Amino acid sequence: MSRYVIGRIGQAVLVLWAAFTVSFGLLQALPGDAILIKFLNPELGLGPEQIADIRTSYGADSPLVVQYVHTAINFLTGNFGYSIHAGVPVGDLIVANLPPTLWLSTLGFLLSLVFAITLAALSALSPFAWLRAFIQSIPALFISTPVFWLGILLIQIFSFQLRLVPIINPGPWQALILPVLTLAVPISAPLAQILMRNIDHVLTEPFVAVARAKGASHRWVLWKHVAKNAVLPTLTIGGILFGELLAGAVVTEAVFGLNGLGGLTQRSVNDQDIAVLQAIVVFSAAAFVVINLTVDLLYPIFDPRLKVRQGVVA
Amino acid sequence: MTTAINIKTVSADAANLPILEIRNLAVGYRGNQGFQRVVHDVSLLVRPGEVVALVGESGSGKTTMAQAVIGLLAENGRLEGGAIRLNGTDISGWSQKQLDTIRGRQISLIPQDPTTSLNPVKTIGAQVAEVLQIHRQGSRAEIDARVIELLTRVGLSQPELRAKQYPHELSGGMRQRVLIAIAVALRPALIIADEPTSALDVTVQKRILDLIDELRREYGTAVLLVTHDLGVAADRANHIVVLKGGRIQEQGPIAEVLASPRCEYTRKLLADAPSLGKTRSAFRVRSRPIVGPDDAIVVENLVQDFALGGKRDVFRAVDGVSFTVQRGTTHAIVGESGSGKTTAARSIVGFQKPTSGRVFVDGTEVTTLRGENLRRLRKTIQLVYQNPFASLDPRQTIFQIVEEPLLNFDPLPREDRARKVHAILDRVDLPQSVLTRRPHALSGGQRQRVAIARALVLDPQVLVLDEAVSALDVTVQAQILELLDELQQALGLTYLFISHDLAVVRQISDTVSVLHNGRQVDGGPVEDVFQRPGSAYTRELISAIPGQRNANQHSFQ
Repeated sequence: MSRYVIGRIGQAVLVLWAAFTVSFGLLQALPGDAILIKFLNPELGLGPEQIADIRTSYGADSPLVVQYVHTAINFLTGNFGYSIHAGVPVGDLIVANLPPTLWLSTLGFLLSLVFAITLAALSALSPFAWLRAFIQSIPALFISTPVFWLGILLIQIFSFQLRLVPIINPGPWQALILPVLTLAVPISAPLAQILMRNIDHVLTEPFVAVARAKGASHRWVLWKHVAKNAVLPTLTIGGILFGELLAGAVVTEAVFGLNGLGGLTQRSVNDQDIAVLQAIVVFSAAAFVVINLTVDLLYPIFDPRLKVRQGVVA
Repeated sequence: MTTAINIKTVSADAANLPILEIRNLAVGYRGNQGFQRVVHDVSLLVRPGEVVALVGESGSGKTTMAQAVIGLLAENGRLEGGAIRLNGTDISGWSQKQLDTIRGRQISLIPQDPTTSLNPVKTIGAQVAEVLQIHRQGSRAEIDARVIELLTRVGLSQPELRAKQYPHELSGGMRQRVLIAIAVALRPALIIADEPTSALDVTVQKRILDLIDELRREYGTAVLLVTHDLGVAADRANHIVVLKGGRIQEQGPIAEVLASPRCEYTRKLLADAPSLGKTRSAFRVRSRPIVGPDDAIVVENLVQDFALGGKRDVFRAVDGVSFTVQRGTTHAIVGESGSGKTTAARSIVGFQKPTSGRVFVDGTEVTTLRGENLRRLRKTIQLVYQNPFASLDPRQTIFQIVEEPLLNFDPLPREDRARKVHAILDRVDLPQSVLTRRPHALSGGQRQRVAIARALVLDPQVLVLDEAVSALDVTVQAQILELLDELQQALGLTYLFISHDLAVVRQISDTVSVLHNGRQVDGGPVEDVFQRPGSAYTRELISAIPGQRNANQHSFQ
């Protein structure tokens, strides 16, 4: 057991290191230079020597290996560097922009769970084959809906047509309704699909026939036998989908003008603010890794087969 | 269709009221070409306390019948006619909701495969309690007490502990006992036992069938026993119904049918069943082996350990097995699951390095071979696997499957390869037309012939047959055994035959090693071992072979 835990944590650390290294390499390889973008602006009137000084102070011209080691050590000690564009510590920027994104993704994920479970339950309980076929085709529609298009469509309907959500100066909760909806729809699709397929598969298992032979009704079987067996394999997918949420947040926040991590990412890309981007990548990777690690470590609690075998066979 | 039957064990007036009466039952499945009928006009009676065996090969409709009776046909299945009367009431038109009230209470089910028939994430206790909860049998405390009582009754040790355990913590035999406890919990009038022991070892099978017998007598329950094994039917049933292609071929009291089968198909089934037919009259149906001058396989004190988890513990799967196999003969390794027979076979073909001991195949020491030389060994020794459905690549054509070993060894020109493939196909009696097909288009017997052809295309000296006929119907099994005998005669092959089925082993092998928990407990010429078993375990194995009770009395007439 402890071996399993240590192994999983080791993997998580390895993934983080890889994410850091790859993003470092890619960001360095990008054409363009944040310092030049900001300080070569003629209005600032800086001479070449002054710019060279600034470059030295940021360590921009030291060899890549030195920069890499330097950045790595700083990250390990919790120092994520300074944003070239905003001139404030990157850590502060992230902390300031985190809450909207956290709300958005948590609520989006919960709502997608509600969608997925509702669809799966409707499909499992539907008495007609045609109705079930129809419900099972909904996720395919959801997953092929582009986030930006859905966002704009929702604004059109709810804000302009129905005037349910104000566009200008909405309250903090009102502002979240449409983005959360936009995010939840595409995330719910794969969850619903996997859940439905698992339910159909578990329903063909011999132990379901045994339960029916005991006199259990269809509902009883679904609730007492199928539900847990069908949900277990979706845990992993749920963890992976969280990654989608972060990616989806970039577009969603841009469409709805939210000031979250997604918006920060977008602005930093425009400004080529490498320090911020580097920190966001590592932060997202860390969130992703921690969630998946939690899922992995929780599995043995839900699934008795994954607990250590005690020698029982008598 | 339904003949009047006299059952000695049941009193005359009770016999007048059958528990189950099936009349002209027809069942069909919706497929690509509309409804296809798989059960035609079947009628039978099950009287109180009686065991009626429904016997047939795969595809005979016996399981469909069982599912129809308990109302659990697959979603695309449909009753197309006839009546199913339970205690006089026709339940064939009942809704699932109505059926829920009698399932578990009046009819119950003992399923085929205990490993998949219990919910893996619920405790044993909860799953036994469930049947009592559904039918509202008392308070929680009463149910808990009844669960322990039931688990004790079906012979589980430490019932309180078992109730808290999960299915994966119990052996197959123990799980089947749990499923029996569920089936008898409410003392139903009828139990449908669908191949209840087909997935179990022969000694466990005997104990489970004994338990069902015992509970049946105690509770006066009738049993509809679905089985492919005539030996099991012969031992356990009062009445037998032989099905083929969804139609009844013959039915009657078991003793009568075994002694003088009226229909041709029943006679064939009886002749092909290794535990019933020829073994008793003629011990060897096969031709005399053409014995070669030397030993094709020599195994000396083979030991195979496996490391357990992260600790230093080792598990000794094979513990000091030795035997020799003369060229041109068949040696069988017999044992139950976990006996180490497959592990021993894997060491012999060089798939894993033994912990100690030596193995010679065709004069070469296998245990020291590495890399390319080990690969070269495959030209001498080939393996045929148990499951002809899983051991063939579904995407390859039969030609590609049989040709593949040739590509791995001899750089033969294309025409020569094709000639070899055609020749070997003739050898295993497959028509050349199968070459362009894929495995799914072939029957189980044909697939196993393909697997044998693939093994033989390299002209090996030794063939290791790992449960090679266990997954096949008796008639097909008899044909494959005959083919193996022919091939041995013609090609001077040496067989190492791995099996759990003693009846088959007795039929086809010359010498035998009996394995139990990795140890060799018996060995020698097959008839010596069967007539004078040297260990208690071998005696138990032999006495557990089904088909000895009734058949003994009737087949020598």
